Amino acid sequence: MSDATKNPSSPSVQRRLELQATPLGRLERMIEIRLFEDRIVELFADGLVPGTTHTMQGQEAVPVGVAAATRPSDVVCCTYRGHGVALALGVQTEAVLGEILGRQIGCMGGLGGSMHLSDPDVNLLPTFAIVGAGIPVAIGAALTFATTKSDNVALSVFGDGATNIGAFHEGLNLAKVWNLPAIFICENNLYGEYSPLATTTAVSDIADRALSFGMNSETVDGQDVDAVEATIARVVERARNGGGPTLVEAKTYRYSGHSRSDQGLYRPEGELEAWKSRDPIELFAKKLDANGDLGGHTLDELRAQQRERFDDVQRRVLESPSATVSDMFTHVLAPNH
Amino acid sequence: MRLRMNQAITMAIADEMELDSRVVVFGEDVAVADGVFKTSEGLLAKFGPDRVRDTPISEMGFLGMAVGAAMTGLRPVAEIMFIEFLGVALDQVVTEAALMHYLSGGRYQVPLVVRASVGSGLGFGCQHSQTLERWLLGTPGLTVAVASGARSAYGLTRAAIRENNPVVLLEPRTLYGERENVEPGEGSVFALGTAEVVREGTDVTLVTLGQTVRVALAAADAAPWSAEVIDLRTIMPWDKERVLESVQKTGHLVVVEENQYTGGWGTDIAAHVAGEAFGSLKGPVLRVTAPDVPVPYGLELEQHFLPSAAYVTNQVSELLSTKKIPAPWWKEFA
Repeated sequence: MSDATKNPSSPSVQRRLELQATPLGRLERMIEIRLFEDRIVELFADGLVPGTTHTMQGQEAVPVGVAAATRPSDVVCCTYRGHGVALALGVQTEAVLGEILGRQIGCMGGLGGSMHLSDPDVNLLPTFAIVGAGIPVAIGAALTFATTKSDNVALSVFGDGATNIGAFHEGLNLAKVWNLPAIFICENNLYGEYSPLATTTAVSDIADRALSFGMNSETVDGQDVDAVEATIARVVERARNGGGPTLVEAKTYRYSGHSRSDQGLYRPEGELEAWKSRDPIELFAKKLDANGDLGGHTLDELRAQQRERFDDVQRRVLESPSATVSDMFTHVLAPNH
Repeated sequence: MRLRMNQAITMAIADEMELDSRVVVFGEDVAVADGVFKTSEGLLAKFGPDRVRDTPISEMGFLGMAVGAAMTGLRPVAEIMFIEFLGVALDQVVTEAALMHYLSGGRYQVPLVVRASVGSGLGFGCQHSQTLERWLLGTPGLTVAVASGARSAYGLTRAAIRENNPVVLLEPRTLYGERENVEPGEGSVFALGTAEVVREGTDVTLVTLGQTVRVALAAADAAPWSAEVIDLRTIMPWDKERVLESVQKTGHLVVVEENQYTGGWGTDIAAHVAGEAFGSLKGPVLRVTAPDVPVPYGLELEQHFLPSAAYVTNQVSELLSTKKIPAPWWKEFA
């Protein structure tokens, strides 16, 4: 059952608590995610990442804010752009990198890949590679909590593109009709795959879509990790107390293309630069520096620390064994006893 | 006791709900209205609104919800009123439910039952009369079972609810009102993946499932030859051992299917047996099916579409006497 943290001493739970303990912990995690994504791009170019991969440089404040405001026992359903969410929730860096590189050390043994990350210790369900699919699944977790009288909540994290698919509308309607403890978090990064929001979506503010379900909604600056944390904490508290679901729109931006084959040539001139001038890591570091919360470090020093740490992780993962032929025959069916 | 199939299904669900408080039921009109086919009669009154819920007409939404509920500790039994309605929610069954155990390195399980009514014979027209098991076959991680009457429905339903993997349980609509002897209780629960020899015989093996079990039995009863009739009960995985054992005895295999010829579930049975029991076969493997057309409207045409007992008898008689595949009745049309 997921109504309690299954394993409080789990390294993933510990890592989640580190993020929650101090603002510096959150900044460090944002730096780690940015570095992780940049390295994935390099590893992809080196031919070490099969298939495709979807990175999220620029959106780091959203998953870190969400992870700061929620419990490890809350269930999270996320999309294929999920490296940052997994790392923020506390999944071990080597488990995420290992999975992307097809290693046994990966969080599902190297059989899932970049789009399928999971860790029951922090209640991250396997991330969903089908747009919108995780939205109704999150409601199912919320139904479990409602049925078992747990005060945990279920969170679904998805992009603006997912709000045009049926699963979004069916899921939000059902969550509202049954007043379930579900939080829907839309990372509105302005593009669904290669297409600008305005060419695919009838509204420019995703939060407006809550109106048609009579649902509470919030809009938050997705580049401001404190704002994300405060907003999520508020709506999660509401849901824990029987106040029902909320749709949260986080206005954000991905610096990368949709996937590795996308160079982002569709962006208007100056748009990327404008968003980079409000980089979530730079903004938060400046704020912490002003408050004396950087622990005596500079941002560059913190980045260097994360690089050193990541180099070590990367070396260990690259030395670790890949999934084997016999591995693919495991876990097709669950045992019945 | 003599039970209609819908009563047997209701009883099986209720028996499991008594044993396990994690079992919950939801679907369109399953609670207040007792189910449009009365397969959940009285469950709301007995188990209350937390465990028996009416959903919106929203299959993608509530099947996805069932997947999430199953992964986090409940054991949902979700009803799809007509199998065609699964089309709008297929992702949640074949791409989500079936793969979540695998995609979590074995750390999540999906103990989910999706029940759906199937089949022709009631004049509903072609969008409410298909069997469509072909949509699901060949999906690793998924179990697919088909009831052939009250007795198998009771056992399959209870076994499916106990299974730690997603199960799609198909219920032929024409059989909901048909009565059979059922002894409720543990003794009537059998393992998924096991077939039942419902009639013993020596000359030919008829493999079938769902509502064509009755067709095959009637065909066998009227025939001059001695047929062994096997109700597969589960088509994924199917009971290869039981079928091969029978064919090795009789030397002939005929698969009787309700679905159209192309892509029917029987192709898998025919191919496997033709390969594995080649030396035992005294003639070609025959599939008796419906033609490759949509299910027609109107009871008369629909009865013509479905393989009848007389048609099965004639086809098998011709096979046994000529050792050749007889032409299907529709050869002059298609």
